[in-house]
Amino acid sequence: MVKLILRNQEYEIRPGVTLLAALKKIGLLPEAVLAVRAGEMILEDEILQDGDVVKLVAVISGG
Amino acid sequence: MRHHKLALCKEHYLEWIPAQTARFIKKYWMFGPDERVLVAVSGGKDSLSLWDILWRLGYQVDGLYLGLGIDGEAGYSTESHRLTEKFAIERGLKLHVVDIQQEYGASIPMLAEKSRRGQGRPCSVCGVAKRHEMNRIARDFGYDVLATGHNLDDEVAVLFANSLAWSVDLLRRQEPVLHESDGLARKVKPLCRFYEKEMAAYALLRGIEYIYEECPFAIGSTSIYYKEMLNRLESDRPGAKLAYYVKFLESKKNGMFSPPTSQEFILTPCPQCGQPTSADGLCSFCKIVRKT
Repeated sequence: MVKLILRNQEYEIRPGVTLLAALKKIGLLPEAVLAVRAGEMILEDEILQDGDVVKLVAVISGG
Repeated sequence: MRHHKLALCKEHYLEWIPAQTARFIKKYWMFGPDERVLVAVSGGKDSLSLWDILWRLGYQVDGLYLGLGIDGEAGYSTESHRLTEKFAIERGLKLHVVDIQQEYGASIPMLAEKSRRGQGRPCSVCGVAKRHEMNRIARDFGYDVLATGHNLDDEVAVLFANSLAWSVDLLRRQEPVLHESDGLARKVKPLCRFYEKEMAAYALLRGIEYIYEECPFAIGSTSIYYKEMLNRLESDRPGAKLAYYVKFLESKKNGMFSPPTSQEFILTPCPQCGQPTSADGLCSFCKIVRKT
């Protein structure tokens, strides 16, 4: 499985899909987050592999 | 970057952002290499990235951090101050620090509570205080220009809010550059054409440590709601946000929001602090401080 982590929230999805598809599956817009895997930023067309842990960095700030 | 139909590696991305910033500074006549720039830094990704970029471009640039006294569980102000100091020390840059409570006897949440402004949120008082203090420091220390880290998403959210309300006066004043006038420093937004995600990517790839936690008072704010909504539009139509903003600026240039007869605000010096105000008597900030 692939683990996606956004702040304190964790999501698990099946491997073999792109980051874009994974984000859509968990209801996130690609415009709102950056994805980091093993310390490296990855792009929306990256195919996620079994065992991947992807940290999602929220980019929207307000005030 | 779907909106630009462009993909860059890390090395070229870190060159592209400063090069584009330099282009926008020139395009909108923000400032020249001989002018002294004061960057308002909050400890967030945008303002620290802006400071980093201007420094790398070789501008004479110092920072200003305002201690707002917003702490709570996450220690928001304490942590953002620490990260800003760290950033400045690592690069050998000069940082001005103003602590609102030390200066005026009350933090931003205290000023908001005592002045009974903002309906439970100190955001409007915070905005007034920031504008006042940024201008005061820029003026007192002889800076030519005050730069803020507003990105495209910030600008588009404001544009959308002002379009919804048809606030023509506010639309008229929304510009990448607000020119100086008697007692008011020139204000510029060199990041106004970069998506928020692009700035977060710059901070991440450059290794800038910024405050990730949101200001506790910004959670649930209207600006975040508009940003999320506009991101849904952007997701379906890449480039929509940039086109909305750029076409707005072009329309203004072509006279869309020009009044039939020019009516400028008449500004007079506040009797307390000397800063220009359109009010009779004290400026908004001094009125807030007086109530406490």
